[in-house]
Amino acid sequence: MNSHCSRKSKKDRNDAKRALSNPFPRERTQGGACALRLSTLFAACVLIIGFPPIVCAMHISEGILPAPWAGLWFLVSLPFLAWGLRDLHIRSERDPFFKPLVGLVGAAVFIISCMPVPVPTAGTCSHPCGTGMAAILIGPSLTVVVTSVALTLQALFLAHGGLTTMGADIVSMGVAGSLAGYGVFQLARRLGVAPVTAAFLAGLLSDWTTYAVTSFELASALHGSGSMLKMFLVIGAAFAPTQIPLGIFEGFLTAGAWRFIQARRPGLLERVGKQPEKSGGIA
Amino acid sequence: MKKTLLTGGLILALAAGLYFTLKSFNTPWSGVDETVVEKFAREAGRPPRTPLINTDQGDLLLFFFLIAGSAGGFVGGYYFRELFPPKPNQPNV
Repeated sequence: MNSHCSRKSKKDRNDAKRALSNPFPRERTQGGACALRLSTLFAACVLIIGFPPIVCAMHISEGILPAPWAGLWFLVSLPFLAWGLRDLHIRSERDPFFKPLVGLVGAAVFIISCMPVPVPTAGTCSHPCGTGMAAILIGPSLTVVVTSVALTLQALFLAHGGLTTMGADIVSMGVAGSLAGYGVFQLARRLGVAPVTAAFLAGLLSDWTTYAVTSFELASALHGSGSMLKMFLVIGAAFAPTQIPLGIFEGFLTAGAWRFIQARRPGLLERVGKQPEKSGGIA
Repeated sequence: MKKTLLTGGLILALAAGLYFTLKSFNTPWSGVDETVVEKFAREAGRPPRTPLINTDQGDLLLFFFLIAGSAGGFVGGYYFRELFPPKPNQPNV
């Protein structure tokens, strides 16, 4: 390694040093600079808190749901998965640019949804889902697909969630989270809310919806002879101290992602069917 | 020199902040899977089973998390570069 470095010319070293210390020196806009700072901060947070050995998640673990309930949630998730795969095929053929976007969003959902975030107000950890952001960028149907892939990898290799409870996890995170995020974003835009604010609301409500549906899944399967509604409310209340601040964090994450794309490549948002504040071609 | 001192100062400030924060919070930082999902499941008589592929053993899970993070970061970075190419006058490393 050292001998390799020593062979580099002085000019190469200076160029590399300049590029690393100042990647976008003069060209960036103020918004772009802000978005870049946000993304750098986010990357630093990922590096600092992203990889502790304790798994902290909303995923329903293996064996918690009785077989009939696990099967039912699988059946509920299947049509959405089929819808997503069909959409992926159609949209990829129509626009070859679409596959890299799905790949990027899928990687983001995978990383975000296995990133335990400490919540000091509750003294616990939980993870954002990334499905609100995914839904407004690639649509709810494809969000179900990328979420399913992420959940499968997590269940297989990261002891995160379970194979038998996969259907329930897909429904709460992929289906409910994405539909809520997408629906809130579209509704907010129609009501004249600014896109960044709409993205914030999408992230916030997709997170809270995911955990509300998880509470419902647990309550419906485990309430026994007691009241299902009561158990649903008790589980929801138990999630609240962690998820209220984490939902707000996810809202900022989604708004930051939207702002970043708007600053760096507004044409991308037009291409996926969303109108940014200022129109512009693909950069 | 100024930049090095600033970076060093920031790292020290971050470490000190983290040290005092963690010291002041007397909590195991368990995940909501443990504090909520598994708690209610156990109370209902449905404790979680060991995963089919149990990587939660010693440092094995840390290894797999790092591999997953690296793989996810590589895939994300690959497509990011495709969607957000460097600007024409930006030096290419």
